[in-house]
Amino acid sequence: MTRQWKLLGWALVAAVVGTLALAGTGIFVARAADPIKIGLGMALTGGLSANGKPALMAIQIWKDDVNKKGGLLGRPVEVIAYDDQTNAATVPGIYTKLLEVDKVDFVVSGYGTNLIAPLMPIAMERKLTIMGILGLANNEKYKYPNYFQIQPSGPDPEANWATGFFEIAAKQNPKPQTIALVGADAEYPRHAIAGARELVKKFGFKIVYDKSYPPSTVDYTPIARAIKAVSPDIVFVASYPPDSVGMVRASAEVGLQPKIFGGGMVGLQFTTVMTSLGPMLNGIVNYDFWAPESTMMFPGIKEFFAEYQKRAKEAGVDTLGYYLPPFAYSAVQILGLGIEGSKSLDQQKVADYIRANEFSTIVGKVRFGANGEWAKSRVLQVQYQGIKGTDTEQFRVPGKKVVLYPEEFKSGNVIYPYSAAQK
Amino acid sequence: MFSWDLVANAVVAGILLGGFYAAVSLGVSLTFGLLDIVNIAHPAFVILGAYAAYVMNSSFGLDPIVTGVLFTPLFYLIGAGVYRIYYGSFERRGEESLRGLVFFFGLLFIIEVSLSLKFGVDYRLVQAGYIGKSIDLGGGVGIAFRYLVPCVVGVMMTLALYLFLGRTFYGRAIMAVSQDQGALRLMGADPVQIKTIAFGIGIAAASVAGALLISIAPVIPSTDRDYIGRMFAITVLGGMGSIGGTLVAAVILGVVESLMSTFFGPSWSLAVSFGILLAALAVRPAGLFGR
Repeated sequence: MTRQWKLLGWALVAAVVGTLALAGTGIFVARAADPIKIGLGMALTGGLSANGKPALMAIQIWKDDVNKKGGLLGRPVEVIAYDDQTNAATVPGIYTKLLEVDKVDFVVSGYGTNLIAPLMPIAMERKLTIMGILGLANNEKYKYPNYFQIQPSGPDPEANWATGFFEIAAKQNPKPQTIALVGADAEYPRHAIAGARELVKKFGFKIVYDKSYPPSTVDYTPIARAIKAVSPDIVFVASYPPDSVGMVRASAEVGLQPKIFGGGMVGLQFTTVMTSLGPMLNGIVNYDFWAPESTMMFPGIKEFFAEYQKRAKEAGVDTLGYYLPPFAYSAVQILGLGIEGSKSLDQQKVADYIRANEFSTIVGKVRFGANGEWAKSRVLQVQYQGIKGTDTEQFRVPGKKVVLYPEEFKSGNVIYPYSAAQK
Repeated sequence: MFSWDLVANAVVAGILLGGFYAAVSLGVSLTFGLLDIVNIAHPAFVILGAYAAYVMNSSFGLDPIVTGVLFTPLFYLIGAGVYRIYYGSFERRGEESLRGLVFFFGLLFIIEVSLSLKFGVDYRLVQAGYIGKSIDLGGGVGIAFRYLVPCVVGVMMTLALYLFLGRTFYGRAIMAVSQDQGALRLMGADPVQIKTIAFGIGIAAASVAGALLISIAPVIPSTDRDYIGRMFAITVLGGMGSIGGTLVAAVILGVVESLMSTFFGPSWSLAVSFGILLAALAVRPAGLFGR
């Protein structure tokens, strides 16, 4: 064999070894670049889709933010989502597919109490870390330690929900004496009214009207008139969006003028509802989770809304997105911080880390308590003030949804009584 | 809590609500009551009308009811087209009973999903000068314009349809086709064409009804499901094919709902309304004004 052939032989061997080595490195690179998969079912159609779609959009924004910064543990993040059709019966199938077929690393719940409930047994059986998106008291029965819920209801969700509303009412001078409780025959309003009844006892008010109505009610004026007939000082309403609009309009039409009105009305936080009701909102004191007040400007929230509002316009979902989207973002933000902090994809290690630490999120500092709820309630009570016309822009600036409660986030004073805020 | 003021207010509110219920039920009364077509998709057409009113109101500031009236020719054509498909695919082959029902169920979901895809799933409302205002009739009785306007329009629609069916050639032909198609054919009229016209009118009524609905309450694509039961209950209670009966039945349900909401708690209102339907059917199986 000539020297040339020998050299060629060695070159061939070197090429094979080099190729194998590169291929090996390539495999290693591919593994490192394998995405961390986060799976969820979400109400993209059906009754809760008005909230489900923006929630998923917020989660996608978080994914894009994280990936822009290099992902988690050096790996990109992928979100796999299926439509649960606002149907609890679809939830077990969706999460089984996510875990068995899609092989997701972590799961996040869908939106709302009813869609979280069927996920709980699956999560417990498989010992998953589970982030809940706006569920009311889902873990009360199970006490599952690896469940974390982002709605800021606090350790006793039923009672904490309306505490602020009652504290504000009790502080007024002269103190209101009588109260009307009214709510829809549905899951959330029943919880909220039950909590309100306890608070009525605690603060020493007298109930003069306590009734519920079917969610398919069309005309709310007879209800508003019946309440007006007993002249309560306080009207506490626990309702879903269509009935919230119905009650606000009917109250304006029949001249129902208690000293404080509102409490637990879902829907008044949505942009289309706010802009449609306009000045009819003035004076209403209602629960909320976030408002564009100076006390609520947490790090990252402005950037989030800039991106969300850009995408929302194209998708035809809530234009401002102040209610649910930042909390859906924060739920996955905490999961991401848990993965980074524990430097692990192990469900238990991530759960332990989330349980033990406080997180700085776009909705503020979050620490979870023993039952997976926020360790301290941060359900706001806001009052709509000085709303003129139906322009959307006015809701972007401070002073329209003034935070009255809790004290540390307070941005203004209550206008009392209700009629004074309507002038 | 009893007072005559409350009774008067509840009755007035019930009558107004009844006028609105009549408007949304007229289309069903025509298609189901007269033509025996179980058009379960009618509430979806009403929601389609509501979205048309929303688009014109939010884009051009047009009054919802004006939009409802302006869109009636388009809805008529859609209705006529739907009936032709239904006729060609099911009725002509004598397969209308079950498969036809499935067809309309499918149509309901298609309309719902299409609206979801196009407009998203946010609650939609309209602005109009009369929304949120009321007038005092004296004696403590007040009327909300939001219900007065739909009631007046509903009564006008009922009257117009009543006169059309009783006084015009096509109206009488529609009444005839509901009784004996064979006899109508012998008179030289084409039952399919007459039914096409009737179905078109039924869907055209949904355009106005949708505009009235969105004037009263916020709408999402799945709002139609809240109305299916009420529409068919009113049609059956009034008597199949009786247009005047539809208005009377709608007012009865409206007044009962309103009185129950005021005095016994709103939870009872629907249960008692449907209880009255059952009781009425036990006494008069053909409905109040049915033949």
